Amino acid sequence: MAAASYDYDDAPGYEEGGPRATDLGYDPNFVPDSVKTFVVHLYRHIREKNVYEIHQMYEGSFQKLSERMFKESPWPSVDAVSAYVDNDHVFCLLYREMWFRHLYARLSPTLKQRIDSWDNYCSLFQVVLHGVVNMQLPNQWLWDMVDEFVYQFQSFCQYRAKMKNKTEQEIALLKQFDQAWNVYGVLNFLQALVEKSMIIQILEQEKEGLEEFTANDGYSYTGGSNVLKVLGYFSMVGLLRVHCLLGDYHTGLKCLQPIDISQPGGVYTSVIGSHIATVYHYGFANLMLRGYVESIREFSKMLLYIFKVKQYHQKSPQYEQILKKNEQMYALLALSLSLCPQVKLVAEDVNTQLREKYGEKMMRMQRYDDEAYALYDELFSYACPKFITPSAPTFDEPLVNYNQDAYRLQLKLFLYEVKQQQLLSGVRSYLKLYSTISMVKLASYMEVDEPTLRSILMTYKHKTHAVSVDGKIISNADVDFYIDDDMIHVVETKSAKRYGDYFMRQIVKLEEMIHEVDRVKLD
Amino acid sequence: MGRESSPKQTMAYTVEQLVALNPYNPDILPDLEAYVNEQVSSESYSLDANLCLLRLYQFEPERMSTQIVARILVKALMAMPAPDFSLCLFLIPERVQMEEQFKTLIVLSHYLETARFRQFWDEAAKNRSIVEVVPGFEQAIQNYAIHALSLTYQKVPRTVLAEAINIEGPAFDKFLEHQVANYGWVVEKSQGRGQVIVLPRTEFNHPELKKSSSDGIPLENITKIFPILG
Repeated sequence: MAAASYDYDDAPGYEEGGPRATDLGYDPNFVPDSVKTFVVHLYRHIREKNVYEIHQMYEGSFQKLSERMFKESPWPSVDAVSAYVDNDHVFCLLYREMWFRHLYARLSPTLKQRIDSWDNYCSLFQVVLHGVVNMQLPNQWLWDMVDEFVYQFQSFCQYRAKMKNKTEQEIALLKQFDQAWNVYGVLNFLQALVEKSMIIQILEQEKEGLEEFTANDGYSYTGGSNVLKVLGYFSMVGLLRVHCLLGDYHTGLKCLQPIDISQPGGVYTSVIGSHIATVYHYGFANLMLRGYVESIREFSKMLLYIFKVKQYHQKSPQYEQILKKNEQMYALLALSLSLCPQVKLVAEDVNTQLREKYGEKMMRMQRYDDEAYALYDELFSYACPKFITPSAPTFDEPLVNYNQDAYRLQLKLFLYEVKQQQLLSGVRSYLKLYSTISMVKLASYMEVDEPTLRSILMTYKHKTHAVSVDGKIISNADVDFYIDDDMIHVVETKSAKRYGDYFMRQIVKLEEMIHEVDRVKLD
Repeated sequence: MGRESSPKQTMAYTVEQLVALNPYNPDILPDLEAYVNEQVSSESYSLDANLCLLRLYQFEPERMSTQIVARILVKALMAMPAPDFSLCLFLIPERVQMEEQFKTLIVLSHYLETARFRQFWDEAAKNRSIVEVVPGFEQAIQNYAIHALSLTYQKVPRTVLAEAINIEGPAFDKFLEHQVANYGWVVEKSQGRGQVIVLPRTEFNHPELKKSSSDGIPLENITKIFPILG
């Protein structure tokens, strides 16, 4: 069997139980004609900078061929195809990147394959960073590279942390290749891409009209290459994600700061996967930092967008991932709204969906009993990122698994925050009923003594007034009040119905309809 | 608040720059540790530098100094109402958080987060060895208490204020005098008993001062109907 000579089979692939590359009589040196045609054309389109055709082949042909011929085995090895592409160094690196991505998606990578994939990323990014790449690649592809790079890092950390079942051979490999997927290496590559691409300066200059980046979706129409620039751009999202995986939300948000996500039309929205990853992590980080209003607003916008465009992505390879993140963001929205009931910030269609999915659970979460905590736990665990422990194992006997440690810590601290807020929902519902109420009266209604009530009221104020990354105090309060000596004055934050906006939209709609009717010719 | 006023600006500048240029470089770890001590002695503060150090500890746990971590956490408490204490805890392994001194700091943080100032000061008094090594601790917490009171009260009873900032008797009168002279506080007679203190107006204790941003219609929406109007 040819596969026996394949040098990737020296570590047992046992991980999530997927089929192993080496089991299937796969010959890495056999190149079917369709693959030959594929690489030859892709190579030509890349040389000719035909972004449209590259995109078609990357999104279409590659998926189709994978589905038809490589459902359970890897693509032919890079050595086998390189002859058809003039042994082009960069093309071979790109091909291998896709090769590994396909392997990760459909099979279980062995430790050796994980290490080889890391080496390939190192070579690829080094070539890009040295500025010798003169290509124009689709944003989708460039996003996938950053996304996959971070995913494989996360996957490696998870894999490494399951020490219990490691063979001696694997442990020897882990020790030998301790630089593979090293957290410093990962972060420094992303950081280097951001810096070398000058993307932060480019975005700054664009604001002054000195540069065009967003308007062209990052592409270069003057013969240059978009690869470094756009990789640098997406690396900011990559950094946000890595920092979230590490529990470093503040630093994550700082990395994203050059991208103003309140503005529509940023390049990150040009690829749905990047759009979702950005908002998901941005919203999650804000949730952890008590920036509830911000997370509610962005989740709502994103979920409304997915609600509208979902149908167009049904055939896309990302469809399943879109649906999964969609569900997770609904859970995160339910958490945010339970801690900060600002329903008016949520788009109507999104709210309807939310009530269907979580309406009943959200009611129970308001009770702050053991069952409610279990629900907070359930939703958080379902929707949180796959937290990682970035440090290498100590290799001390007995070997223990530590893959759950990071997740458990973040969960515990989140639930701790929920507990600190447990009395707020009670006080909130009383405040809604009164315009003024004395301390004594409210204390007796809530069955607490006066000092406790004062603490609860101050806690309410403190928890609903977050300090943003740049030090400003931002009110997340749905019901507001102030105390004058012993009297509580409640201030209705009734959102004035925005009739103007409503009429404006109806005028536009009516006009469209009249226009439509005019076009109908009556026979 | 004295947070930015470092007497040794040049040192601060260098380390901040070091962090900005090498956010993921293990070689700056000793500099960052020295900088934590520098922040303690000079009563300055840099969240970014401290998070960077905790990050390096997270990557290489064997290099962690729990003494430095404790100092970072005390400084983070002093940064209330900012969520810095939680930000730090997110990065500190659970087994480290189980140590006695960290458990104490977590309890202290809990009292501050839930505005239970009486309990906080009692607990702090029992643990002077942890908090008193950091100059300015008391005053920083008093500033936070005043912040929380100012969000909540237009007029706060004298006793409530005194308890929150843990000052009594003549010292409290002196404190009040200072605030009246410098920060526009006003001491009034309460209708019932004792005195109330009128705190400075903010948009948080006088919600009517809040600018309503929801009024009006954005220009881009109006432009949509221009063709129709025309």
